[in-house]
Amino acid sequence: MKVTVFVTPKKNVLDPQGAAVGHAMHHLGFESAHDVRVGKTIAFDVEGEQDTPEFRAKLDKLCDDLLSNPIIEDFRYEVG
Amino acid sequence: MEVAVIQFPGSNCDMDAIHAVKDVIGVEARLLWHKETSLGNADAVIVPGGFSYGDYLRCGAIAKVSPIMAAVKAFAGSGGPVIGICNGFQILCESGLLPGALVMNTGLEFICDTQELAVQNSTEHFCKASLGETIRLPIAHGEGNYRIDEAGLAQLEANKQILFRYASNPNGAIGDIAGIRNEAGNVFGMMPHPERAVEGFMPSTDGEKVLRAFLRSRKLAAA
Repeated sequence: MKVTVFVTPKKNVLDPQGAAVGHAMHHLGFESAHDVRVGKTIAFDVEGEQDTPEFRAKLDKLCDDLLSNPIIEDFRYEVG
Repeated sequence: MEVAVIQFPGSNCDMDAIHAVKDVIGVEARLLWHKETSLGNADAVIVPGGFSYGDYLRCGAIAKVSPIMAAVKAFAGSGGPVIGICNGFQILCESGLLPGALVMNTGLEFICDTQELAVQNSTEHFCKASLGETIRLPIAHGEGNYRIDEAGLAQLEANKQILFRYASNPNGAIGDIAGIRNEAGNVFGMMPHPERAVEGFMPSTDGEKVLRAFLRSRKLAAA
């Protein structure tokens, strides 16, 4: 089973990297873009697990404890 | 009487911290590898600067799950003095020992400079009477932009948990915050480097006063 975790800066947290990428996008003529946020993807395989509520609870804890910092980041994941 | 300086893969201010504490201030100091599980008989802990684990994932995120951190948390919980400098500050925030988080500087640049800091009256030793109105310390970071939500900031202000504010904000930190402490007053974190300002040839010697203020939290250094 494959898990993909997407981590993004929270809406209300300043994202200087996203702002810089947004400026570059405007320079390229993509002027309709705004609120650019730069995040990260963490992908991994798991063995011997089923996509159950218990497994998702373990994933939530992993994302809260390590893969994201809840003070500044949001996460979501895909399991499949 | 002994200070433990935690060494992670990628720490690079560990020997500067040892030098400042041992050779300049004259208190015993030793390195402690992050895979250790006990602080031994340490009376104070320094989490030094650097780039632990290459800053992978987030600055300090991987270091916070190193084996030694459970001992550091227990030590801090029992009132032991702990200071995190630069990457050490990031590690203490990540581990939940200090509130808030440090994100990328607003200008996106890694800044290596000497900053003037306004000393705040925070504790008996971290105060203007002990350190002076302002001090000068070097900074060297790309992710020193301190962030905390409004409620958290109000709490820091109300509890006098802010140690230093930048006279001229280099990185976008909220409230010009350069250093804070926990509510109990035994865990400290700061982006500027006191251990790099302890000798005449360095940008200033104000770092010695800061480190002594920290050590006095447990009366290690002579007054």
